[in-house]
Amino acid sequence: MPHPTPEEVKGLVGGGSSGLVTRLLDSDVFASFRSSKLTMLAAFIVLLMFFGAAFAPWIAPFDPFDPAKVFLSDASIPPRWQAAGDPRFIFGTDDQGRDLYSAILYGLRVSLIVGGLGVLLAAAIGITLGLVAGYVGGRVDALIMRVADVQLTFPAILIALLIDGVVHSLWKGVSREESAIPVLVISIGLSFWVQYARTIRGSTLVEKNKDYVAAARLVGIPTPVIMLRHVLPNVIGPVLVILTINLGLAIITEATLSFLGVGLPPTQPSLGTLISIGNQYLFSGDWWIVAFPGATLAVLVLAVNLLGDWLRDALNPKLR
Amino acid sequence: MSIRRHLLAAFAAVALSSVSAHAVTLRYANQGDLKSLDPYTLNETTANAHLGHVYDGLTTRGKDLKVGPGLAERWEILDGAKKWRFHLRKNVKFHNGEAFTADDVIFSADRVRAAGSNFQTRVPKDAKFTKVDDYTVEVELSSPNPIMIAQWDTWYIISKKWAEANGSAAPTPASATTPSHISLNANGTGPFKIESHQPGVKTVFKANPAWWDKKEHNLDEIIFTPIPNAATRVAALLSGEVDVIEPVPVQDMARVNASDKAQVLAGPELRTIFLGYDQSRDELLESNVKGKNPFKDVRVRQAFNMAVDKETIKTRVMRGLSTPSALMIAPDLFAHSADFTSPKFDPEGAKKLLADAGYPNGFEVGMDCPNDRYVNDAQICQAVVGMLARIGVKVNLNAQPKAQYFAKVLKPGGYKTSFYLLGWTPGTFDSHNVLNDLHGCRAEGSPRGESNLGGYCDAKVDELTAKILVEADEAKRNAMIKEAYTITTKAFAYVPLHQQALAWGVAKNVKITQRADNSVLLYWAVKK
Amino acid sequence: MLAFIIRRIAQSLFVMVAVALIAFLMFRFVGDPVNQMVGIDTPQEEVARLRESLGLNDPAIVQFGRFVWDVLHFNFGVSYQFRLPVTQLLAERAPATLELALTAAIFALIVGVIMGVYCALNRDSWLARVFQAVSLVGVSLPTFLIGILLIYLFAVILGWLPSNGRGQVVKIGEWWTTGFFTASGLKALILPAITLGLFQMTLIMRLVRAEMMEVMRTDYIKFAKARGLRTRSIHFGHALKNTLIPVITIAGLQLGSIIAFAIITETVFNWPGMGILFLKAVQNVDIPIMAAYLMLIGFLFVIINLAVDLAYGLVDPRLRVAMRA
Repeated sequence: MPHPTPEEVKGLVGGGSSGLVTRLLDSDVFASFRSSKLTMLAAFIVLLMFFGAAFAPWIAPFDPFDPAKVFLSDASIPPRWQAAGDPRFIFGTDDQGRDLYSAILYGLRVSLIVGGLGVLLAAAIGITLGLVAGYVGGRVDALIMRVADVQLTFPAILIALLIDGVVHSLWKGVSREESAIPVLVISIGLSFWVQYARTIRGSTLVEKNKDYVAAARLVGIPTPVIMLRHVLPNVIGPVLVILTINLGLAIITEATLSFLGVGLPPTQPSLGTLISIGNQYLFSGDWWIVAFPGATLAVLVLAVNLLGDWLRDALNPKLR
Repeated sequence: MSIRRHLLAAFAAVALSSVSAHAVTLRYANQGDLKSLDPYTLNETTANAHLGHVYDGLTTRGKDLKVGPGLAERWEILDGAKKWRFHLRKNVKFHNGEAFTADDVIFSADRVRAAGSNFQTRVPKDAKFTKVDDYTVEVELSSPNPIMIAQWDTWYIISKKWAEANGSAAPTPASATTPSHISLNANGTGPFKIESHQPGVKTVFKANPAWWDKKEHNLDEIIFTPIPNAATRVAALLSGEVDVIEPVPVQDMARVNASDKAQVLAGPELRTIFLGYDQSRDELLESNVKGKNPFKDVRVRQAFNMAVDKETIKTRVMRGLSTPSALMIAPDLFAHSADFTSPKFDPEGAKKLLADAGYPNGFEVGMDCPNDRYVNDAQICQAVVGMLARIGVKVNLNAQPKAQYFAKVLKPGGYKTSFYLLGWTPGTFDSHNVLNDLHGCRAEGSPRGESNLGGYCDAKVDELTAKILVEADEAKRNAMIKEAYTITTKAFAYVPLHQQALAWGVAKNVKITQRADNSVLLYWAVKK
Repeated sequence: MLAFIIRRIAQSLFVMVAVALIAFLMFRFVGDPVNQMVGIDTPQEEVARLRESLGLNDPAIVQFGRFVWDVLHFNFGVSYQFRLPVTQLLAERAPATLELALTAAIFALIVGVIMGVYCALNRDSWLARVFQAVSLVGVSLPTFLIGILLIYLFAVILGWLPSNGRGQVVKIGEWWTTGFFTASGLKALILPAITLGLFQMTLIMRLVRAEMMEVMRTDYIKFAKARGLRTRSIHFGHALKNTLIPVITIAGLQLGSIIAFAIITETVFNWPGMGILFLKAVQNVDIPIMAAYLMLIGFLFVIINLAVDLAYGLVDPRLRVAMRA
């Protein structure tokens, strides 16, 4: 059998780099999107929250991160519509006198940055290792999958404690204000990558035996290029689903870590920090300090999860 | 077969325990653990209070903290406080039935000063104990010490025979790597015996019918459980699962008082909460000011004192439950407290002082703060950050759990702090302790000034402190204390904030006495 | 086949050594145990002596060697906080955590499967939508918040269930304590088990729903329908049976993470288990407990993983071929 021409290879590799986009823009997917009012609502909410977070400094009436502009004498004021409310503070204030509405917008920003960067880091690590494990196979594969096993042993909480400890002992006296975001992002990145790696490895194992890869190898395309340009686009579909679902999980993880005391400090509150602050006031009648950030977090994660569900169903033609 | 037998035994145990359910049981929950039962392992208010149910000291402190007779019925101070004679109580029995005698006192005096004890300062190093007879002990000192017995209520007497028979003759150090018998079992003379002890989970105390003193409680049993999470602790009280909790977070007091099951017992505590700053290094560890230390300038320290609004901290953070303080000691413990007043809250004046000192735009400094030690500690620090921001000082707050916080700022950690929040209760309930430990010049090899984290130092204060220790005349002594405090407040050695409030949650059917040192002593509790 | 088993066991051993190394390294960094043990007025010589006696001045490799040697003898040292052997502390608390985890897992499995099957069979009924909504809320609220809300509702407002602790426990044998035999013990178990199991329950429900819907499409079920079998027998005899194999696998794998996530639930409910012990150990830099707990969790995961792999190897002929290769 003669060697295939480059054109033939391209034809075989086909779906290639444009595969994902084509699949996403597939009219079927859009039809399913339009057909589900709930999904559209979820997408709207997520967009709204991203917008609020991105433009928080311009939307928020106060800067809750500037201690000079927070007055303790405004502490624990109930929401505006209550008898003791103050017209300046729609959702009331927290225990330090911060405007809760502003704090939620800024907190949303922190939560989305931490969660978003965290899952992106996880995806980057997971995709790379999964691709290498699946494509190269053999000892490299075994090693990576064993590392994945070790990794699974440590839930995000333990990993955060580990990294937090290392950071604080390497840079003595570093405060949580400086260290919290990198620590959380790395913790989430290091605890969530396994799922990506396993998924990518699974599909890579299937893809690498297909004709187009064999063909690409035959014409002498270097291995890294095959992996990145040819295999990756065909295996990356499910990643989008995991990414979406993990974003919700990452935001919850951040909140939990704040509850356990290794998250963001109260001076730079994320949604999670706001909830754990409010949690201390649940019995005292200051319900709004926990209720509004809690509701925001729940609605955000709910909307993200709805999008993830829809995306998974939409990209999995068998379920339609 | 054996499993069936175990199950039968289990059911029998359930049946038995429901029979004895009529006994009066008081359930008590606290935020910390009872880690060791050895009364010389850890000098900490809560542990001392727990063990005070089981052990007795030669002296006691009553509901008003007045020193009274304990295992020593009475004592004489001879030779200008250089010699003390103690007359021991007769017919006192340890829980295992042995009689209490002078041998036990002498044994305990040696044991409490031995290596590994956390209570070495309870009994002066040079004190020589001699047994006159079975119920008389004499103590000789090389220099007069009129306040020798100030902390003897928590120097608990241990049975010599029992300790020696169980390999516990030496104190169990906090660092022990093997458990000792005495750290898991107790044999005291006190009003309660330990029935079972599972560290960190549960400790059960049973009333001691043979106690020597008049019984004021009506309890048969105390069950102690640590519940570190504040919300869970409050929930347990509100649902009636426990009878007494300590502490109640200040913000939950209204909720507890509104319930039909429990109420809050609140009162002023003797602990003073304050801010301190590093005045000894030539350059701060955590600051943008290089080559000099702004806190060496008294104007900067005064500015800090003027910038902090103690009243707002009281109303907003402490919900009214604190007493703003001008001194580093609670007013109850020093007769002339009223002569001192805090600098007026004046951010504009503070700004001007900073400008005069050469910091018209303020400066940046790191602050260390515990977040699980004192009432709303991290919230206080956060409030201070805001107040200082308004005079241009940017504070980078590092609020941490107490384990990490103390490891960083205390002596073993090398005093690595530039600006911090700390609380202090003088163990002797006396100013000498405050002047010596918090204001004394630090010196190598001396315990003086060990908790003086900022390194404040004034030779005149040290001189007065030494005199105060040996002065027996109350009026003269108080005059000297006042002189010392005048020097330290003029120098703005610290920023005293307040005495925090005690807040215990108590079920409505329980009556207990709240002592101002925050010792939860249930041998004064009556449960209906 | 034997070679495969040996290889997998060797790999598991490698994993355990790696976990040990991480546990060891991690806790050399978190904090200085000596500072935890001394009081304010401990002289510097005493501190130095302690450091020496704890072996903290030895080279790291020597310390690691000692660590592994001790671990092999089930000797995890003595807790810095409690001055008790860590093995004893963990053994005392293991029953609490295991009973909680087991109850939570069974709750998650049973309720998750029932809800999943219902949702798959009645895709558009209103109850299915309610279940879907519940499952979404379950994954969208942080565990600690769910726990606090449950306590607030059922313990404080309604006063039906206890808010903390294990209730009355009875001893079985030398060291096992159980809350299964007393009314208060069972009542105390309800809220924590729901809190802990909720997340896994939603996972299982979603998995069952998806798997079931896939199975229902297969030719196998179509043939069964064509053969005129009763709907009930098709659903439960054929479809569910095929669904359950992956579900039980996943549930088994999740048991490890249930135990790990018990840290949060135990903290909220003051459940006297290993998780709360671990968290306290972290706060107090109690290295022996932290190391032992990590090793324990690591061991659980490795054992479960190994068991699942071996079981699959026995069941799936395709994998058996791959093993030989």
